[in-house]
Amino acid sequence: MKDFFKTLLRSYSGCAGFILLSSFVVLALIAPWINLPDPIIGNLHERLLPPDWTGLHPLGTDPVGRDILSRLIYGGQTTLMVAFSAVALGAILGTGIGILAGFSGGIIDRILMRIIDIQLSFPLMMLTLLVVAVLGPSIGNVIIVLALTSWTRYTRIIRGQVLVLKEREFILSAKAIGASAFWIMRQHILPNVLTPVMVIATLELARIIIMMAALSFLGLGVQPPDPDWGQMLAEGRVYISTAWWIVLFPGLAILLTTLAVNLLGDWLRDYFDPKTRLKR
Amino acid sequence: MVMFFLKRMGEALVTVWGVVTIVFFITRILGDPITLFVPIGATNAQIAALTHSYGLDLPLWKQYIHYVIDILHGNFGKSFIFGYSALQVVLQRLPATILLASTALFLGVLSGTIAGAVAALKKGGIAELTIMAVAVLAQATPTFWLGIMFILWFAVHLHWLPAGGYGTLSNLILPAATLGVFVFSSLARLLRSSILDILQEDYIRTARAKGLYPTTILCWHIARNALIPITTMVALLTGELLGGSVVTETVFGWPGIGRLTIQAIQASDFPVIQAAVFIDAALFVLINLSVDLLYQFLDPRIRSRG
Repeated sequence: MKDFFKTLLRSYSGCAGFILLSSFVVLALIAPWINLPDPIIGNLHERLLPPDWTGLHPLGTDPVGRDILSRLIYGGQTTLMVAFSAVALGAILGTGIGILAGFSGGIIDRILMRIIDIQLSFPLMMLTLLVVAVLGPSIGNVIIVLALTSWTRYTRIIRGQVLVLKEREFILSAKAIGASAFWIMRQHILPNVLTPVMVIATLELARIIIMMAALSFLGLGVQPPDPDWGQMLAEGRVYISTAWWIVLFPGLAILLTTLAVNLLGDWLRDYFDPKTRLKR
Repeated sequence: MVMFFLKRMGEALVTVWGVVTIVFFITRILGDPITLFVPIGATNAQIAALTHSYGLDLPLWKQYIHYVIDILHGNFGKSFIFGYSALQVVLQRLPATILLASTALFLGVLSGTIAGAVAALKKGGIAELTIMAVAVLAQATPTFWLGIMFILWFAVHLHWLPAGGYGTLSNLILPAATLGVFVFSSLARLLRSSILDILQEDYIRTARAKGLYPTTILCWHIARNALIPITTMVALLTGELLGGSVVTETVFGWPGIGRLTIQAIQASDFPVIQAAVFIDAALFVLINLSVDLLYQFLDPRIRSRG
């Protein structure tokens, strides 16, 4: 762990990503305790105020007089909550299936891989739209749908790792002393594939944040009045010629979060990659 | 070669069948097909009639057979909004989507290839740093927001280009540039790292030792080998563009399949949604199949295995 932070400090981009992402997380967590204007109930007398860095509304207000900064921070809460849940669900599903496919081999493996091939030949956005259209938009459904678009990325890589692992001696000896398949998968295989899972999960987080914003932008994600970045963009689009601040800031928020996650993910990948590790 | 082609064709058909089955599963089992296929505001008698005409009162396995037969005939049902064949509605929008996707692909591949090659060949310089910084930023930018920013700057502020619409070249520029940026960022990064890998190979050292001109090495040794990862990426991106242009088409009011799908979802026009998903998936499979065949010509190592 000490070594981890030591190398992180040595990489500018990894460090920047880490600091940026953790400050967003902290900001989202402490939101209720900072004295922010209400993100949902606006003041119609204060509608469409331009940004005023020193005043009450540093980033301006929206068409119904709600504070943009406050909505951004609460929107960040929703975004991070949904994105982290979707990534966790996708990672658990994908890793589980990957271990199962790699370890059992044979017909189970072939069927699972075929299902993945089919899903990968399905444009992700269309799959997402179809499921949301059928289930109806809600936070829970968005999490499920995003997780469904994500699991295949883990399964393929984890399966490959397991195929190599299962020929290793410690697994063979566990088999020889009569350990059950489930016990071997949990006790010996799972801990050995957690590193790639972490790397994929970080890179997936970025993709999922953008996809979630796109869904909300299309009106199929988080529903009003709950604040959400994609939805703020959709609402602000109409006022683009008069109030640029409504569309500029939510987009910047998505961009910075995704950038932070990507930088951290790229660094994590290099950190765990034995090829680049030797160079350190 | 013929065997390989037949095998890949078979796999492609299995995939299309799988997509069809997944769509059936999602609409009939996950959702309530009666509410999905009956227009909003229908009377009870209409609901009963429609349920019967769609065969929704039959057992599930019979519904599945009917469904597959209908699709083989290209019959996805009538669109609720347009009143004629859903497949026809979707096919009418196909040219607009293909025009946008191919223009974006052309712009993105051209700029991405040049930028990636420059970044790899001028490694360590200011050019590499700039190109990579732009690519990393572009990768983190949501396409729909970039589109809005383009409208804000080039249409609202400078009045250079129209903010949306369809028909002339000036309508095409902004949406194609928006999607092109997305292609650019993925390709520039990939190409840079694959060229850097190729430069480490023994055959490059041999070529240099033989005293070949750097341009000869670039065209014959580097470019030919870099073509393979590019082809894979372009195929993937094409698929993403066909589906991923949903948001861009919505932002710019581009009359393609993506915007149609969103309109159909908002109006609960399920026959159109189904047909759009099917066409999109079929195109995707077709592209992957063509790329697999293209590899045969690009990479002799694959050819001998096939």
